[in-house]
Amino acid sequence: MKIIKFLSLISLFFVGVMSSVQATELKVGFIYVNPVGENTGWDYQHDQGRKAVENAYGNKVETSYVEAVPEGADAERVMTQMALSGHDMIFATSFGFMDPVMNVAAKFPNVKFEHATGYKRADNVATYSARFYEGRSVIGHIAGRMTKTNTIGYIASYPIPEVIRGINSAYLAAKAVNPNIKFKIVWVFTWFDPAKEADAASTLIDQGADMIMQHTDSTAAMTIAEERGVYAFGQASDMKKFGPRAQLTSIIDDWAPYYVERVGKALDGTWKSEDTWDGLAPGMAAISDFSNEIPETVRKEAQDLHDAIASGTVHSFTGPINKQDGSTWLAAGETADDGTLLGMNFYVEGIDGDIPQ
Amino acid sequence: MIKLTPRNNQSKILIAITPIIAVLFTMIFGGILFWVLGKNPFEAIKLIFWDPLMSETFSDYARPQILVKASPLILIALGLSVGFKANIWNIGAEGQFIMGALISAGIGLALYPMENRLIFPLMVVCGTLGGTLWALIPAILKSRFNTNEILVSLMLVYIAEQALASASIGILRNPEGSGFPGSRNLNQYPSASNPELIAGSGVHWGVVFSILTVWFFHYLLKNHKFGFQIKLFGDAPRAASFAGLKSNYIILLCFSISGGLAGMAGMFELTGPAGAITIDFNVGYGFTAIIVAFLGRLNPIGILFAGLLMALTYVGGEISQFMLGIPAAAIQVFQGMLLFFLLSIDLIVKFQLSFIRNKHISRKE
Repeated sequence: MKIIKFLSLISLFFVGVMSSVQATELKVGFIYVNPVGENTGWDYQHDQGRKAVENAYGNKVETSYVEAVPEGADAERVMTQMALSGHDMIFATSFGFMDPVMNVAAKFPNVKFEHATGYKRADNVATYSARFYEGRSVIGHIAGRMTKTNTIGYIASYPIPEVIRGINSAYLAAKAVNPNIKFKIVWVFTWFDPAKEADAASTLIDQGADMIMQHTDSTAAMTIAEERGVYAFGQASDMKKFGPRAQLTSIIDDWAPYYVERVGKALDGTWKSEDTWDGLAPGMAAISDFSNEIPETVRKEAQDLHDAIASGTVHSFTGPINKQDGSTWLAAGETADDGTLLGMNFYVEGIDGDIPQ
Repeated sequence: MIKLTPRNNQSKILIAITPIIAVLFTMIFGGILFWVLGKNPFEAIKLIFWDPLMSETFSDYARPQILVKASPLILIALGLSVGFKANIWNIGAEGQFIMGALISAGIGLALYPMENRLIFPLMVVCGTLGGTLWALIPAILKSRFNTNEILVSLMLVYIAEQALASASIGILRNPEGSGFPGSRNLNQYPSASNPELIAGSGVHWGVVFSILTVWFFHYLLKNHKFGFQIKLFGDAPRAASFAGLKSNYIILLCFSISGGLAGMAGMFELTGPAGAITIDFNVGYGFTAIIVAFLGRLNPIGILFAGLLMALTYVGGEISQFMLGIPAAAIQVFQGMLLFFLLSIDLIVKFQLSFIRNKHISRKE
């Protein structure tokens, strides 16, 4: 009968522990598609934004998160339970959470949803994303000026508009300062797979690339670049730790200002469903400190280009630009409209190879 | 050196309550883990095991959700258990799950936007066939060339994942999806959708099928000749061959059953909770089902409860993440403990442990 005694003891504890609800004004939940991780990556950067919200509003706001949430049915369940437990606002930080967000938002009209990188909105669903391609212009410029082999290696994740846009943007900026530039692109079909990314980096270096760009999340390519003595550009977070010599700069995802602003609007009642697509200007996409390996003149040019894009005097996609097949996309002086950029499914002229279908 | 000798008189009561003891041990050691992480262990355990089932806030929603989360696990684990009993190791249910979903999505989307009541049943059949055919690759290779089915079935998972990625950005991509990967949402195509059977619960045909399959397998393994053949083949393959059982027949059959059920689970998941084919459509049901099969001791009723328990720890684990800030990795360790304690207590109940000094032990078969 010991076991019964033990069981009743356990159940006593259950009764004894009642979750205490704090009297905060706003409860904000975040869901991440991968584990937050230690130092770098997409989800880590979103969690930095969450921490910024905590710091900004102190006791007025309580935040929570669930990590490693698979896209699809699991995400829908997690968000529903968050809403049931009294969350007032939920940030869903991956593209694949889109349909689940729409479903849960329809069931909880009083909960505000913020969905990163999606295109579906409702009265209580706002969307936001960053113009990372603006940062890619800056790294494209640096790569074009610094490469000795005229070969840039590019590790691409999935053939979606976001990634294709980044390739085109980096290529155009590199081509503008180095007419002989060649891009070699490897598609790894993953956002995060250190082994695959390392293989891709090695292959690209074997093929003569002395600059590595990545549109994937791990630090593997940076590590390989450091080992093999070539240069590389970090993604999402500063990856200097993994390539002290190799990293020339990183494109940083900085969600903190946006998160603080949106939570502030929810607090004072001015929150509305909007679509935000910010770039270098407010620093949602930012460039980390330039490495001393970059020659002084190139550093200055890159900074000027950064400032010009941020101030709006230069657009990453300014004509004349032809598509890969030679047909005209933008006439001289014309700049790309957001609609075309958002659905970009073609390479610009000069890039070899096909987009995988 | 530790020596294991089977106990002659195993306590039936002890065997029956082993899972409960394992859960208690998991609670204690999991509690210590949460305490070390600086969280209130009692509240954490309560959030994982109690709140999804009983709390006012969550239970109405979470109870049926546990069924929904458990149903693919149960369906796949049932199929796997048959093979495992016969010593045939299909580790690639994840790939068969993907293939079931892909084939049924292909059929459904090829017929879009035709409305016909037969489309959904047709998709169920095709999904099951898709899983079966994918599973037959390692089965045929094993029966004809004696390849290792563990390796081949596992490797085919990664091939299936590549096929899934390729289909999501290629042949099955939604033409109205602004260039983003992923197929049309089948929930918005009435003939192909797997709707909620009870409004608001999320319970779909997959749940019904998995419970029916539990009942069917219970009967099959207990009262039908097939159950005996499987057991005989696993425990004494030579005796089985003397009795006229062809090993190739058992291998092909076990893989067909497990692959078919995994494919069927993929089809129900696709048309129901997931809705669409996406690059990350598979979330590991095929692998978790291996744990469920063993947690349920390869017994249909046991698998039913093991699947529900596993689903409970998923749902409760999420709740404890956002209510208490417990990291996802700690929840996974917690789930791992559950299996570890069950298997180790099972071992102690069934075998006598003795410590011996001499280095050379002769094993009697």
